[in-house]
Formats: sequence, C-alpha cells, structure tokens
Amino acid sequence: MSPVTRLILKRLGMSLIVLVGVSMLIFTIARVIPGDPARIALGPNATAEQVEALRQRLHLDEPLPVQYGYFIRDLAQGDLGISLYTNRPVTADIAQFLPATLELIFVAGAMMILIGLPLGVISARYRGTWVDNAVRVASLLGVSAPSFVWAVILMLLFAFFLPLFPIAGRIADSYAIPHVTGFLFIDTLLAGNLAAFSNAAWHIVLPAFALALSGIGQAARLTRSNMVETYDRPFIEMAQSYGFPERRIANRYAFRPSMIPSLTIIGLDFAAMLGNAFLVEAVFAWPGLSRYGVAVILRKDLNAIVGTVLIISAMFLIVNIIVDLVIAFINPRIRLSQRAAA
Amino acid sequence: MTFPKAAIPTLRIDDLHLSFRTYTGLIEVLHGISLHIRRGERVALVGESGSGKSVTARIILGLLQMTRSARVDGLLEFEGRNLSKLSAAERHRLRGTRMSMIFQDPTSSLNPVYPVITQFHEVLKRGEPAINVEVARERASALLAEVFIPDPQRVLDSYPFQLSGGMNQRVMIAMALANEPALLIADEPGTALDVTVQAQTLHLMRDLVVKHHTAVLFISHNLGVVREFADRVYVIYKGRIVEHGTAAGLFDDPRHPYTRALLDAIPRITGGGIPEIRDAAEEYFAPMVVHEGCGEPGGAA
Amino acid sequence: MKRTAAILIANPLSAFGVLLIAAVVLGAVFADFIAPFPEHRGAVVDFANFNRAPGWPYIFGTDLVGRDLFSRILYAYRISLLLGVVVLAIAVPIGVTIGLFAGYLGGWAEYVLMRITDVFLSIPPLVLAMSMMGLLEPTLTNGMLAVTAMWWPWYTRLVYNLTRGEKEEGYVLAAEIIGASRLHVIFREILPNCVPSILTKMTLDLGFVILIASSLSFLGLGVQPPTPDLGSMVADGAKYLPDSWWLTVFPGLAILVAVFGFNLLGDALREILGVDQ
Repeated sequence: MSPVTRLILKRLGMSLIVLVGVSMLIFTIARVIPGDPARIALGPNATAEQVEALRQRLHLDEPLPVQYGYFIRDLAQGDLGISLYTNRPVTADIAQFLPATLELIFVAGAMMILIGLPLGVISARYRGTWVDNAVRVASLLGVSAPSFVWAVILMLLFAFFLPLFPIAGRIADSYAIPHVTGFLFIDTLLAGNLAAFSNAAWHIVLPAFALALSGIGQAARLTRSNMVETYDRPFIEMAQSYGFPERRIANRYAFRPSMIPSLTIIGLDFAAMLGNAFLVEAVFAWPGLSRYGVAVILRKDLNAIVGTVLIISAMFLIVNIIVDLVIAFINPRIRLSQRAAA
Repeated sequence: MTFPKAAIPTLRIDDLHLSFRTYTGLIEVLHGISLHIRRGERVALVGESGSGKSVTARIILGLLQMTRSARVDGLLEFEGRNLSKLSAAERHRLRGTRMSMIFQDPTSSLNPVYPVITQFHEVLKRGEPAINVEVARERASALLAEVFIPDPQRVLDSYPFQLSGGMNQRVMIAMALANEPALLIADEPGTALDVTVQAQTLHLMRDLVVKHHTAVLFISHNLGVVREFADRVYVIYKGRIVEHGTAAGLFDDPRHPYTRALLDAIPRITGGGIPEIRDAAEEYFAPMVVHEGCGEPGGAA
Repeated sequence: MKRTAAILIANPLSAFGVLLIAAVVLGAVFADFIAPFPEHRGAVVDFANFNRAPGWPYIFGTDLVGRDLFSRILYAYRISLLLGVVVLAIAVPIGVTIGLFAGYLGGWAEYVLMRITDVFLSIPPLVLAMSMMGLLEPTLTNGMLAVTAMWWPWYTRLVYNLTRGEKEEGYVLAAEIIGASRLHVIFREILPNCVPSILTKMTLDLGFVILIASSLSFLGLGVQPPTPDLGSMVADGAKYLPDSWWLTVFPGLAILVAVFGFNLLGDALREILGVDQ
C-alpha cells in the first residue's frame, strides 16, 4: 500500500470517529435542552394526545442512548428523519438547499486561494516596503469584520450607489433553468444557456466576495508570515547566492515549503465559510441552507438541526482530507515516507 | 591602480565597513577590513562566530546589500571590476556563474520540497539559460560522478532528506563548481557534518578546486581544517583583521596575541579538558600583524 | 520596556491599534458620561426624531424609533467587551489545561482528549454556536455559554502543540530528572513558556469573540432587544438599505474598528513577546 493510500485511509478512519463524536455531541445538546420539541412542533393548539403520539414517533419517550441507537440505525440507511418544520425528509430539504450554498462557498474558496495567496507572496517578496505594508493593512482589515458587515458594505457600494451588480438572488427570474444538479453553474451549461450562466456568475460575485474577504485576508497574512520565515532558511539563501531569479524564488522555492504549514489553517478558513455563508446568504437573500438553518434552529426542529450540523461537519472533514492530500503532494516527506506523519 | 592582466586579483577588498541600523541605533560590525585573493588561490578567513566572517561572504555576493538595514562602505573589486559601481542586475549576473558558495549545513541548504535535479537544473540555467531538463540531467550526472557519487541518477531524483549529509555536501560541491566560477566562497563548509565526513568532503573539494583552478575564500573557526586547506590566512577578531600570513608562516609563528589564543584553543585528544579562548582581552585589540611578503596589493603594507 | 517603546514607535500601526482600543474601552466604560443620550440604550421611543441622517446632535443618526445610534453603539461595546472577557476567562483556562495534559501525558489521555477537541473543531464555529443558541433560550448568559463552548478547543490545540515542543526541551528533562512531579512540570515548567503565545492569542481573540457574538445576534440568535447589540443593529438596518444607510454602516464599522484594533494590538504583542506565528 502506498504511503498516500495509507494516509487517506487513516484520515478517513479518524474522520469517521470524529463524525460519530459530532453526532453524539449535537444529538445530546439537542435532546437535553429544556422544552418539548413535539409541543413546539405542533404548536399550542395541539391536543395532549397529538403531542404524545409525536413524542412516540420520535422516540422522545425512550432513554437517550436508545434514541441515539435509532438515530444511528436510520442514519446508516441514509435517513435523517422528518423535518418538523417542512414535514419532509431532512435529506430532501438539505439536498434542495445545499447546492446553492456549496456553489457560493466554492466560488468564495476559489477567490480566497486565487487572491489571498498571491497577495501573501507579493507581500513577503517585498517585505518591509510600502507594498508589504499596504497588503498587511488590507488583509488585517479583511479579517476584522464579520462577513455580514462586508456583505452590507459591498451591497451598498456596488449594488446601490454604483449599480454594477444585482442586489439579491442567484439568477434573474426570467431564466427558467431545469433543475438537474442544483448547481446553477452546471445546470445552465447543461441547458446550453450561456446567457443564464453569465447571469448566475454576475449574481454570485458580490456574495462570494463578501464571504471570501476574511478568508482572503487570513490566507494573505498566513502566506506572508510563513514565507517570511522561509526566507530566513538556508536553502533560500542558497538560491539567492546562486542568483536564482527573485521571482522564481518567491513563486516556487519559498512559496512551496511555506504552504505546508499554511494549508491546514487555510482548510479551517474554508470550513469557517460553511458557517459564515449563513450570514452572507441572509444579506443577499441567497436561497441556500441559511434560511432553512436559521428557521429550523428557531423552531427547535431537532432532526433538521442534527442533520444540518452533521452534513456541514462531514463537508468540513472532507475538506480536511483534501487539504491533507494537497499537503502530502507538496511535502515529499509525507508522500515518500513509509510511516505517514501524524 | 593598474595591474598586469594576469596579476589582477580575483577578489580585492579594501577598507570594508559594515553597519546595521537597529531599534537602538547604528551598530558597526566590520571596522574596515582589507583582503585579497589571487587567481586559483585558497585563502582562509578565520575567527570566532560573530567576528564578521560570514557577513563578509554575504557582502561579496552582494546579498547583504539588499537588506535595507545594512550599510556597506569600502572597495569591493572582483576580477578587476568595482562591484559597488555595478547595477543590481549586473551583480546578479555574477552570482552562481562567476562566484558561488558552499554552506555550513548541506542538508538544510537544499530545498526540502524539490528533488536534487530541479535545483541542479536551476543552477545550470545560470550558466546556460536555455538548457533543458534532459541536458541538465546529463551534465549534473557527470558533475556528480566527479564528486564520486556512485549512483548519480538515483541521487538526482532524491529529495535532500533522503540523502546523507555527506552525500548532500557532495551535491553542493558539484553545484558550486558546475558553472566553473572564478571564486568559491565556502562558509564553514560541512561544520554540521560529523568530523570524518567533513574531512572527506574537504579533501574532495580541495582536489576539485585545484583541478579547476578556482579561487576559494574559506571561512572557518577551525584552525586545524584551515591549516590543511589554505595557502594564506587572515585572522579576524570583532570586525578587524588582526593577523595575515601564509598558512605555514602563521601556524609556525603566530604573532598576534589573539591568534596565539586561538591556536592554543585547538582541542587535542591528549589535552586535559576542553580548552577555551580567554574572554576578550585588551591585548586582542593590538594592531594588525602582517607577515613578510603578504601585504595587500597596492596597500600600505 | 525600551524595546517595547521602540517597536511601538517603529510601527505606527501598532500605536494606532492601541489608540483604537483605548477609545473603544474608554467609550464603553464611560458610556454613561460620554453618550449624548444614555437613556437610548433601552426601549425608549422618540418619534419626533426617528430615522434622522447623521448630523447634530445625532452624529451617527437615529434609528427607526428615534434613538441615537452613537449612544447605542457605546452601550453595545460595553456588552461586547463584557462578553469577550467572560468567554475568554472561562474558555482559556479550560482549553489550556486540557492542552497541557494532552500534550504532556501522551498515550491514551492524548488520544481521547485530542479526539474530543477534534469533534468540537470539526463543527464550523458559527454553526456550533448557532445550534446551541437556537436550542437554548437566546439570552446573554447562553450566548456566552455557546461562544465559550466553541472557543476552548482552539486553546487546547495551541497549547497542545506548544507542549509537545517544550516537552523535548532540556529544562523539562532536567526537571524530570531531579524528580519534579508531573503537575509541577506541567504548570511550573511548561505553562510559563506558553504564556506569551496564549496572551497574544487572547488579545486577538477578544476581537474575534466580538465578531462571532455579533454574527450570532445578526441572525437573531444572540442578545435580544432592547439591549443594544451591534449585530442586531446591522440586521435591523439592512432592511432599510440604501436610504437609511447609517443604520447598518455605523454599527458595522463599529465592529470593524474594535476587531481591527484588537488585531493590531495582538500583532504588536506578538512582536514584543517574540511569539511565532
């Protein structure tokens, strides 16, 4: 078995353990809180019998470990239960709302990498100059406001005062795109409708940028500080004393080793977007998981909350595994060593 | 000053000063040092850590001048050209081609995330910008064979952490001489290696520079090593040259109090305990001693 | 001391950070004296002056029931800072202790403690706090609880990594050889060496707690009205964009100023204390 395969298997195993832990944690929080979820779901007008019936259906009358057992059994069959808010399977709800959120996060993540890393590289290469100072202040500002504040400011500036971008939504109503994957970028292309594709792209710019800003700042800061540290390492001095072009030193010889410590954190920032997407979606009326998530939380819709958190955590763990793979690709020590580093 | 062409020294430094701007003010590190290296000559600069020998190397390469807090004054002449009059691009052109360097710890001086061939290719590109990977591999392979690396192809595809320190040092030596530089700066080469490996690689380096007729500035704190390697020796103490002589002359007849203290401090297996250099003594600041026939070209001595 | 002063002078931004934080903290503490309309912190209405654009005497304008935004922002800072201090006062000792033990003891303790930490770290911070807030009643105390629950693992992670490094250091081995107890080694030898990193992180985190708390209340899952809160002020005002822009812009900038200030301060502290990234 190659070291990389072992690494993947090890990480998958670990993720599974963590996921079980997450399910126990969120399940426990959801069940031990005060208030009767059945009563809340049915409203004040329901009869005691109706409430009792729902309690039984949800196994709320049984001990916690037994409830958890039912939950795991259903989960193994891909069943997260019925949402008390929409009266539909939680999996169906999530499948409906998740693609819009994922699309937003993917674009924001791409912006984070494509803008944040080069800014960090430039900042490190010209460290101590005004370019560096400008990037540092800008990236610190980026991380210093929650994404809803950026969303509001961007909307005000570039949708209202300068009407360059649409104010809200994913795509203009005039486009009727058949729902295939739920990802508009894919569905519009499948429909062969390039105008709709560019309309969707036009809609996603502001929300994605608002979501990406703190990640861009964080990525730039991290890249800069790790690269500045790398610049003090002997192999960079070697490269300089042999006259390797400064540009290549920055973009290759200093950048790549610096990414090893940066990537883990960048993965975490990407994960933070899964939460921050809620804020941005609220501002731009983005039809993603946000509205659903907040609604089910306010209604103490247990199945839906547990399901949503579980799905989000699973995505987080997947991102982490991808990050580990990228690190293994960059770091030959992990790729080649027989015992994958922990 | 004019020299006959053949007599132009490879390197001539005259009255070199270096200071750093810090939070608390200007600190002078080099107080006007002068030295020269003739073509194909092996010259050692000996001193303790912090004496200013490594910064001298970085000034010759022009690296320290890029640090904004450093101020460098004095004459730097390389193959008859005044380095401080060259543009940044012209200085850059010399690095890795006419002058190159070998470092203390070969393993950490090679980039950990690239295989040897990538870096070797980059080094060869300095001499021949258009060289492609296949040709570079062939050339690198031949150069590695010259430093007695038995399996050059395997080494080229390895990462530094997969090779022993001695092997990496051989790779470094091969890279340093790859573009036939006029001057090789060796900054405490192999100090990080164990003693026998260090001795082997030093012998190897010596044979090669003799063969290629490369001038060497050999920086070290280890007098034992210097004695075997160098033709001529400068002893540096706290940013000042205190003694200058041929290797044989200086070791047989050390005249400056600091040089004597340094020589007394060479550990001997038969000696008792670990000898130490006495702390900064007044007499260490005694005026420079220049041995017969060793003056600076065009200088006062 | 001299070095500290020199660093602050050499980095005007750090000094600016000190200034910002001084302004925020003083404004919050002395809100009763500084705020032009202290009574506007509560549920008062002044329909004669509702929805006024910035001007005199309402420098940041008024909200839809006529309350002075500037006064409300000062009182909101008070709540935010209080929340930040309380959250860190609880989360840091917990996180640090777990990190020290996991890092120093190794073996099973390490495995179990770090996996538990991983569980908390694998739920995006905001999502964990949101779910907790939603399930509990949205009060200030529960808000602190929810944010604390998501915050301690970061300190565990930080201190765990530091401890694993320090464990191999000579001074720790020396203490072990002369027979110091585990508790002594952990709290007297290792912990003091982690303090600079912890302090730096705490300074930065004061800003980030404010940021997260405002995010919660922005979603309606935090401090409830009429208590002034920066996040809910932005949320309420966002419905009236772009006409009543001051309703969102000033509370939003208020968050930015505080978090930016703590970030600058944290960066300065990092340099003064010589803490690695």
